[in-house]
Amino acid sequence: MIRLVPRQEVAPAMVYLSPVIALAATVLFGLILFAILGFPPLDPLFNFFVKPLLGPSGITNLLLKATPLILIAIGLSMGFRANVWNIGAEGQYTIGAVFAGGLALAFYDIDTPLLLPGMIVFGILGGMAWAAIPAFLRTRFNTSELLTSLMLVYVATQVLLYLVHGPWKDPDGFAFPETRLFHDAATLPRLWSGTRLNLGWPLALIAVFAAWIVMGRSLIGFQIRVSGAAPTAARFAGFSERRVIWLTLMIGGGLAGLSGMIEVSGTIGQLVPIISPGYGFTAIIVAFLGRLNPIGILFAGLLMALSFLGGEMVQIENGLPRSVGGLFQGMLLFFLLASDVLMNYRIVRVRTKHAQVATS
Amino acid sequence: MSLTITVSILVSVIAAATPLLLAATGELVTEKSGVLNLGVEGMMLMGAVTGVAATLLTENWFAGVVTAAVAGAAFSLIFGVLVLTLRANQVASGLALTIFGTGLSAVIGTPFVGQPLARLPVFDAPVLSDMPILGPLLFGHDVLVYVSIGMLLAVAWFLNRSRLGLVLRAVGESHDSAHAIGYQVIAIRYGAVAFGGMMAGLAGAHISLALTPFWAENMTAGRGWIALALIVFASWRPLRVLAGAYLFGAVTIAQLHVQGFGIPIPSQFLSALPYLATVIVLVIISSNAARVRLNAPACIGKAFAPAA
Repeated sequence: MIRLVPRQEVAPAMVYLSPVIALAATVLFGLILFAILGFPPLDPLFNFFVKPLLGPSGITNLLLKATPLILIAIGLSMGFRANVWNIGAEGQYTIGAVFAGGLALAFYDIDTPLLLPGMIVFGILGGMAWAAIPAFLRTRFNTSELLTSLMLVYVATQVLLYLVHGPWKDPDGFAFPETRLFHDAATLPRLWSGTRLNLGWPLALIAVFAAWIVMGRSLIGFQIRVSGAAPTAARFAGFSERRVIWLTLMIGGGLAGLSGMIEVSGTIGQLVPIISPGYGFTAIIVAFLGRLNPIGILFAGLLMALSFLGGEMVQIENGLPRSVGGLFQGMLLFFLLASDVLMNYRIVRVRTKHAQVATS
Repeated sequence: MSLTITVSILVSVIAAATPLLLAATGELVTEKSGVLNLGVEGMMLMGAVTGVAATLLTENWFAGVVTAAVAGAAFSLIFGVLVLTLRANQVASGLALTIFGTGLSAVIGTPFVGQPLARLPVFDAPVLSDMPILGPLLFGHDVLVYVSIGMLLAVAWFLNRSRLGLVLRAVGESHDSAHAIGYQVIAIRYGAVAFGGMMAGLAGAHISLALTPFWAENMTAGRGWIALALIVFASWRPLRVLAGAYLFGAVTIAQLHVQGFGIPIPSQFLSALPYLATVIVLVIISSNAARVRLNAPACIGKAFAPAA
């Protein structure tokens, strides 16, 4: 018999070790899964984890995909720390893109350097506006932000579809459901010529650094952490629950909206019906895998970005569905949650009843 | 609007409500035992894809339905091990189950995408089916429609009238007290989680074998989440789950019919309607905080660790 005994304090080594254990277990099960599906397992695994990084644009593509994941996960992690379950970042991302894209289309004929900063602000505001709905409903009507934020993802998708099929459709677009291509003034500048990498990546790094300062060094960060870890203590200390809910949802929504803006302005260049391969949902895994810690999220974001590229690669090379990426993401989160048990509990071997009776 | 049209709309409401009812009935039992499983969407997708796979491979719909139920239950046990044995966070584990189920169902379903299959057979009674109005409302549905209502009534009886149901509710209200009396908290919760998984599997099967008889990636389209919202809407009461499922079924169908009447509303707004309705209903129900607190199982979402 084995039993789980709670640890007095979280085992510090396990905080860093358990993501590694989880990744190892995921790779192992991936091998088994590919074998079951009838593939020589090493080949798809190589194509999934290594091949996307080879070649001249491998790293660039990785950073490009990691940018929205890291930005969104940074925002979500603050909420998760405070037990605010915003799982609708995908919708906030979409509305951020809609706001920013709308501005770009409204000033389509005007070439001004102010357009791009305006789009950034609009993207952030769009995400915040969409996150304000669950924040308001939670603080005013006590409605679970988890379900409302998620329902609003489906609504946001329909808003985008309506706009690109209807009023914002490119008049010269041969009836394709797309907006006009943004002008240069509405396009995020590339970091250097010859790369697809744009200003989004440094913005993500800034967000990581800022979150690290806020969560570790500021009173607000402390309030967020205490609200999640010890709600009663937070109430006694006079921390406003309402304020923490609003704050974390606004940061989460704002960063998700910013990611949406970066994606349509920097990478896609117009509004199209599908602007995300599920960044908002994958960012939830990124947040947990990164231990809700900004630096951890940076690495977790790079790893999860690889799961998107890997999914595309095994689709091309092995004819596997792209959703293998989602499969790996889910598995990784499972194994992470499972190995986290080692962080909070000691595994103790208990003698059986008979042995206890004999010794007593 | 003529009577026959009304009846045919009602019949389609019944069909649309059935997966919601099946999934919500299962999740109700899970939540009553004090466990919040947010993996309903993932379990439904697993049920949907395995149902299609088994039906196509065996050419037998019954094998498909049974496979979906077993797959849903088996899949839910991954969640069970995580939150019950390893005491992981229930919200995160449930999300993981949905993400994993979405990916796994897509991989399993690749060979079956778009393959047409025979719709679940319908139950027709001689003579009675031809009755006006009542005939088409009571008969001519597929077997899972009857299963969904039967299971809901069985669960209502089980929770409120049976001894084991009382124990299950006690476990959900106060696992420490239930444990102190000598009930097997973890074992009972495993049972409740597996039942929830089985019902979600059946819900998925109803979508992929009856509503739209083929497999498409992510075909549940958020119905699992609506089922979760429905339980809050019903304040954890079985008969209100029934009413809620049919109400949501009606909203889904309204979306299809409004345009038929020539009302000029963009189709995207109508597609968003079920989700908007869910938000509005949640707000109305949860704004009465006392009622939610009174009806929600007190231990929901909390891990049980027996005192040593």
